[in-house]
Amino acid sequence: LVRPKRPLGPYDTSEAITPWAQATTYNNFYEFGTDKGDPARMAASLKPRPWTVRIDGEVKKPQTVDIDTLQGWFPLEDRVYRMRCVEGWSMVMPWLGFPLAALIRRLEPTGKAKYVQFTSLYDPKQFPGQRGNVLDWPYVEGLRLDEALHPLTFMAVGLDGRVLPGQNGAPLRLVVPWKYGFKNIKSIVRITLAEKQPQTTWALAASDEYGFYANVNPAVPHPRWSQATERRIGELGRRATLPFNGYADQVAGLYKGMDLRRNF
Amino acid sequence: MTRAAARSTRPLPWLVPAVTVGGLFPAVILGLDALTGALGANPIQRATLQTGLLTLTLLVLSLACTPLRLLTGWTWPARIRKALGLLAFGYGVLHFGIYLLDHGFTLSQITEDVIERPFVTAGFTALLLLVPLALTSRRDSVRRLGFERWTRLHRLVYAAVWVGTLHYYWGVKKDHTPPLIYAAILAALFVIRWAVRRPGRQGRVGSGRAVG
Repeated sequence: LVRPKRPLGPYDTSEAITPWAQATTYNNFYEFGTDKGDPARMAASLKPRPWTVRIDGEVKKPQTVDIDTLQGWFPLEDRVYRMRCVEGWSMVMPWLGFPLAALIRRLEPTGKAKYVQFTSLYDPKQFPGQRGNVLDWPYVEGLRLDEALHPLTFMAVGLDGRVLPGQNGAPLRLVVPWKYGFKNIKSIVRITLAEKQPQTTWALAASDEYGFYANVNPAVPHPRWSQATERRIGELGRRATLPFNGYADQVAGLYKGMDLRRNF
Repeated sequence: MTRAAARSTRPLPWLVPAVTVGGLFPAVILGLDALTGALGANPIQRATLQTGLLTLTLLVLSLACTPLRLLTGWTWPARIRKALGLLAFGYGVLHFGIYLLDHGFTLSQITEDVIERPFVTAGFTALLLLVPLALTSRRDSVRRLGFERWTRLHRLVYAAVWVGTLHYYWGVKKDHTPPLIYAAILAALFVIRWAVRRPGRQGRVGSGRAVG
């Protein structure tokens, strides 16, 4: 495992990084199948190059851009983030990528832009899980513009200094570390700046269980299980889940005055 | 014909031990997998899922014995029913034990789960329903309770298996196909019981061996 030693940045956690073997074999990526092992087993069917990303909606420069061109616009940075799945497990992931804010600023949103919508690839040939209708395909996700512009919000193109593996969302995925993992949409082909709040796949599937915000919140249980604790992958016991997944100091201000029980 | 008749009345002394050993085999594999790290990145979750599936599968198998006997006239399914039922209960206890371990035996959190989350309530109820059945599974229980009362008590298994299937259904995040397959198999088994036991078909069932 080759990792350049570097001092921790202001956004990094110093917690032990989840080993590569576990971070790349225990994944929720229903496009490959619903079993946690399916993404790693089926990842070879995804072709992350050539790949284009369409950028449209409320931007001054709508365009379709090649992934290598897009990631070449920004210096790539490492970010060691906690990742908390809504199912009650967590990992520490060494992402490689660039802040979403840098991309959005480059696109010059119009005054009407209030939200960002993301769309995953729809191609049942590359994503065998899309041959069934477990979810409405393609997978869509969204953020409020201020969430999208937050310096923690990240677009990952790599993991642990390497190109992002297919099972982890190659070639381009969203990482919002204070939200449940399902917000982190993978294999993105389209980014749309929007005036209205976009629909999101899991809210469409079960609106009483998965909301638009999906901020990690130990005080708001999932209807079927508690969110008070989590298992860090690699550990046997459970640990307490922290509000906003431990990023409350940085992001709680985004939700000032909001009822987080209703906006779950 | 005499040979066939002889075969069907043979006591098959190895049958129950074979079912018991075979039924314990998955537990051994699970234990070995746990020791060698073969349960993957989240071993407790995997073990919970596997023991839950084993509980439900063995329970369904135990409930398949009577329909199988009714359909074929074979008598041996009735003889392995108890072993299958007890194995199901054993895996259910193991499943619950792993859940307790998962939550660090924290009584407050477990009580909250059982009371407030229908998914957990259902699983807990299903296991509770099996307890009196396991306690009255001894050879002399039928005699002590009386056949009528014993039979009535053991009808709890029908409730247990349906509540258990509901627990599985509620536990699944999105793809409900597997729990629905269990439900379909259960429904089919009940249809067979009902159809074969209908008045007018009694005679045929009564002389089961004549069917074959």
